[in-house]
Amino acid sequence: MAIVQLTISALPAHVRTARLMATAVARRAGVSESTLDEIRLAVGEACSRAVEAHRTHCPEQPIQLELSDSSGPTGPGGPTGPDRINGSSPDRFEVVVSDRAPAKETGTPVFNGFDSGAQAYLGESVSSGGFGGLSPDVGLAVILGLADEVSIEPSENGTVVRMSWPLPKGGAGDSDPPGLG
Amino acid sequence: MDLKLDHHTQDDTEIVVVEGEIDVYTAPRLRELLIDLVNKGNHHLVVDMEKVEFLDSTGLGVLVGGLKRVRAHDGTLDLVCTQERILKIFRITGLTKVFGIYESVQEAIDRRKSKQS
Repeated sequence: MAIVQLTISALPAHVRTARLMATAVARRAGVSESTLDEIRLAVGEACSRAVEAHRTHCPEQPIQLELSDSSGPTGPGGPTGPDRINGSSPDRFEVVVSDRAPAKETGTPVFNGFDSGAQAYLGESVSSGGFGGLSPDVGLAVILGLADEVSIEPSENGTVVRMSWPLPKGGAGDSDPPGLG
Repeated sequence: MDLKLDHHTQDDTEIVVVEGEIDVYTAPRLRELLIDLVNKGNHHLVVDMEKVEFLDSTGLGVLVGGLKRVRAHDGTLDLVCTQERILKIFRITGLTKVFGIYESVQEAIDRRKSKQS
C-alpha cells in the first residue's frame, strides 16, 4: 500500500494544490484518465467544503488529505464504515479528507436538493455566506455523484470524507509510467 | 492555470469569456464581474465556458447567483459549453434544467432572441 499525505492551511488557494497532488498520485496509481477527472473534482469539492468550514470555525487549524492505493481497510472505520453508499472492490484508490470543524448535526443526511427539483437552487440566497450562492451540501452531493464509494463521517471533532475508486487490475504503479519520470 | 476573464458586447448581449479554473479561490472574481455587469444594466449575459479547464460547485454557485440577479431584471444568463468534463457537473447537480447551455455564442444569442420575439 502506498500512501501520500498532505496537510494544508484553510486557504482557498491551497485547494488547487490538493487537486493537483491528488490527480498526480492517482495517475501514478494507475487510475484511468476518465476517472482522474472525477477524482480531481471530488477532491476539490471535499477540500473546498473543509476550507469553508474551517474559515467559519477554526481558521488556524490545518486540513489533512491522505491518498492511498490499497487493498484493505486504511483507518478508523475503514472502507466498511456505516455510511458506505456504493459498491465494493478490493484494489482501490482512496482519498480521505479530514477537517476539524464541528459538524452541524451528526448523522443528518446531506443535501436533498435533487428531490426538490433543479429550481430549488434558485431559492438559495444570492448573498448567503461563502464564495457562491449554493449550500455547502451541494459539494457533498457532487462527491456522492462522482466517487465510486463514499463515506461521510461528521462529528463534533470534525468531518471525515472518505472517497474511493477502483483500480484497474495491475494498475497500481510501483514503477514510474513513461514520461512521468 | 489561474482564471482569466474578459467581456464584450455582441447583439445587445454581454459575452463573458472565462478561461482557466473556476474554484473556491477564483470564483469570487467571476462573481464580482457578473455583479458589476448586472449593476451596469447588462441583463442579458452569455458566459462562454469553452476555455474553462475546471469548474466546481463554488463556480456553479456563482453562475446560479448571476442567473438570479439577471432574472430579477427579466434578464437571461446562458452558457456556452461543449466540454464533457465541464458538462458533467451540471448534469450531476441537475443544473442542465436551470441554464440554457449552447454550443456557440451565436446560438445562445439567437435562441434567446427567438424566445423573446
